[in-house]
Amino acid sequence: MSADTGTTAEWPLWEVFVRPKAGLDHKHCGSLHAADAAMAIQLAREVYTRRQEGSSLWVVRSADITASDPGDKAMYFDPMEDKVYRHPSFYELPGSVDHM
Amino acid sequence: MYTQAMDVAPAEERKPLRTAEDAQLEARFEARIDDGSFIEAKDWMPDHYRKTLVRQISQHAHSEIVGMLPEGNWLTRAPTLKRKTILLAKVQDEAGHGLYLYAAAETLGTSRDQMLHALHTGKAKYSSIFNYPTLSWADIGVIGWLVDGAAIMNQVPLTRCSYAPYARAMVRICREESFHQRQGFDSLLVMMRDGTEAQKAMVQDAVNRWWWPSLMMFGPPDAESPNSGQSARWGIKRVSNDTLRQKFVDACAEQAQVLGVALPDPLLKWNDERAHHDFGPIDWDEFRRVVGGHGPCNKERLATRVKAWDDGAWVREAALAHAAKQALREKAA
Repeated sequence: MSADTGTTAEWPLWEVFVRPKAGLDHKHCGSLHAADAAMAIQLAREVYTRRQEGSSLWVVRSADITASDPGDKAMYFDPMEDKVYRHPSFYELPGSVDHM
Repeated sequence: MYTQAMDVAPAEERKPLRTAEDAQLEARFEARIDDGSFIEAKDWMPDHYRKTLVRQISQHAHSEIVGMLPEGNWLTRAPTLKRKTILLAKVQDEAGHGLYLYAAAETLGTSRDQMLHALHTGKAKYSSIFNYPTLSWADIGVIGWLVDGAAIMNQVPLTRCSYAPYARAMVRICREESFHQRQGFDSLLVMMRDGTEAQKAMVQDAVNRWWWPSLMMFGPPDAESPNSGQSARWGIKRVSNDTLRQKFVDACAEQAQVLGVALPDPLLKWNDERAHHDFGPIDWDEFRRVVGGHGPCNKERLATRVKAWDDGAWVREAALAHAAKQALREKAA
């Protein structure tokens, strides 16, 4: 350990995804440190599912995730804003067939 | 659990804005805050906001971790198997809360090791409440009722904190914390209702010792919290120390009557005009002493924590070595 910062060889960081119950998607719920994948699964169970919050777990090394750039958020997602014709509510139909 | 040291990083850590681009980014950031939007980990944020959050979240995490020690003290001495399993579950929750919060702080660019180093060398603070001893079994019930009760009061507003990873951690914590308070009250209720005179006296003694330190958990009076303005502005702190403390006193006064215990404050009295309870002056000298490292158990708590970390070093190293060996074998196969 370096005396001034306390830095040691940290266990790598993992992202944890939990499926609350069969039929639902796995959802990101947090992260944790673990030496390997098996340990990450075991710790994820202890840290994130102590009250039956899950029926299945995924873990993935945080370093292995590729994410969109937050700086590109506007460029990436705003163009969808004016494409209202992609939604069913854009089309006004006569009352008799409007359940379509 | 909770840290009352919700202080903003000192003003000298604030760097002057350097470029026009920085100024524009800051204006956009402030507009998002005004808008009630959440800030995510990779979003641009002012340095001062980042530092304040690292400080607050890490102190909060340390409080959860150190908070396990006073209760862990009673795991092997719980009076029944039922109370022991409940206490085990609660202490495990506190460890979990510490981990959620460390993870939230890490999204801001600090590392787990850096935070632990700050705790272990005494640079980082944790809630002063954990520097008081747990002398009897009734202390465990009172910690649930008063200490966790105060923590919930403090933490609920943090679920709407502007920094999203912190807010999300707080949502999970608050959901679990309610069990902590209820199990404590339940344990006290059983002793007060069915206990012997000696057991009832034990509960009253524990209430007498924990009441004032619990009120201190809300931090210094508003008039002496010069940084609260900036924290409120940023949506990091949404309700003032004194407002939360008053709410806590009002709630506890009623709960104490249900329990049949007296709160140790001769000035505690309902005030019709204010529609709140008045209460006596808090000994802020004691608060400053305990925060400053001179409480009854400061040295013991830190020493226990450091010893646990040092004793576990070989396990952490062995796990890494094992993982490296497994990875090599997989490659060779």
